[in-house]
Amino acid sequence: MRSPLVALALVVFATSACAPAATARIEIRIHYSKFEPSTLNIPAGVPVTFVIHNDDPIDHEWLVGDAAFHARHRTGTEPVHGDRPDEVSLPANTTKTTTLTLPAGIYTYICHFPLHEQYGMVGVVNAR
Amino acid sequence: MRRLLAGAAALVAALLASTQPAAACAGLIGPNGAVNLLRTTTFAGYHDGVEHYVTSFRFAGGSGQFGSLVPLPGVPSDIIRGGDWTLQRLIRETEAVKFRGDFPLASAAAVQDAVVLKQVKIDALDITILKGGGDAVGRWATEHGFRLPPDAPEVLDFYAARSPIFMAAVFDADAAKARGQKIGDGTPVHLSIPTAAPWVPLRILGLGKSGQDRVDADVYLLTDARPQMLPTPVGVNGMRIDHSAAATDSLLKDLRSDKGMGWVPSSAWLTKVVIDGSAAQLKYDLAISATAAAPSPVAAGLEAPSVPIVPIRSQVPELTAFALFGFGLTLIALGGILLLKPATASR
Repeated sequence: MRSPLVALALVVFATSACAPAATARIEIRIHYSKFEPSTLNIPAGVPVTFVIHNDDPIDHEWLVGDAAFHARHRTGTEPVHGDRPDEVSLPANTTKTTTLTLPAGIYTYICHFPLHEQYGMVGVVNAR
Repeated sequence: MRRLLAGAAALVAALLASTQPAAACAGLIGPNGAVNLLRTTTFAGYHDGVEHYVTSFRFAGGSGQFGSLVPLPGVPSDIIRGGDWTLQRLIRETEAVKFRGDFPLASAAAVQDAVVLKQVKIDALDITILKGGGDAVGRWATEHGFRLPPDAPEVLDFYAARSPIFMAAVFDADAAKARGQKIGDGTPVHLSIPTAAPWVPLRILGLGKSGQDRVDADVYLLTDARPQMLPTPVGVNGMRIDHSAAATDSLLKDLRSDKGMGWVPSSAWLTKVVIDGSAAQLKYDLAISATAAAPSPVAAGLEAPSVPIVPIRSQVPELTAFALFGFGLTLIALGGILLLKPATASR
């Protein structure tokens, strides 16, 4: 229970378990180049809407996926970026929304802008 | 002196080896986001309520535009091309190791959007003085094509809480080449900043670095009297005093003869502070007082200001001017504070 956002996420998760037709909604804040919260628990196999607020005056991105996905982005071999549900570009002081349905598993969300991952822009999604 | 020469040699080597067109500070952000660590040398003097700030940008080849953001304790009343030999003369003066010094501060509330107060072109440099909160200045930089490192939002807020004044300098390598500037040539910039509470920005030197990265810088202070400093450079805190003595007549005469240096008094105290610590250590600035008053912990960044501080005396209409008091500040920084590159696609 690291923040109200985590609490909100859990509430949404619980609600979605009772009403599987509903879309879960999770809010993520980016502040001082950190994701808040940095750990999420979501229901697997159902649509989850992520609302991502970039409160910083610099650009960021929110990319969620498995290790292979991040390896491609980390090495710059991913040819396409943006306009995909799992790859969200966030210009300074903007909010974006994306909806994903993730199979059960553990994923990470990372900003792959230079030095941002090393600075700590990493979060974990547990889909179960 | 051997150490100074070695440091200078290392800096020159770094500059020559660099593919970047300009090197003006410790945090040099390359096209791939890598940060090249360069030694920064700063000279700060304070006299008659005016701070003079001089930064030299060295041409290191390449093309395109690179820039630097420097937090300032007040609004510059004048921006000119600086003198050419001041720093070299100071290095020669302080070859022997010795001891220490103090300061206060100035600042103001954050504003919604950054306001451009002044714009000056000096050789291949475009200088812009900005007023705004950390968020506003960061946004301005982003909108003007700079790619700020991830710690920039927090660091800019750190400074804007005390002084919402920043200098953005863009170095045009193509213009430098067109002007016939050779690799290694420097363009010194001299800012006169009226302020009652001078401080030397140190935390910004760690911008873009990881916590364990080293920050190496030489800070020269020229004050009317032996200064008090906060934090006191004691070595284990990442700062030490290598020289502290009354400035010699020959030094003052030589400094006074350089361009824009007529303000140098007939007597003064010279202090050399060596910054040799990790980026994680440098979470403060150097507050200085050349009077009996103790240096301000707010000016040092050790405490948050209880109320927004307004920069003293400004020739800019939208800033409220108020009486000057205390001492002046002269900063001469060869090297820069934060080097940025106009944004390019990250992938």
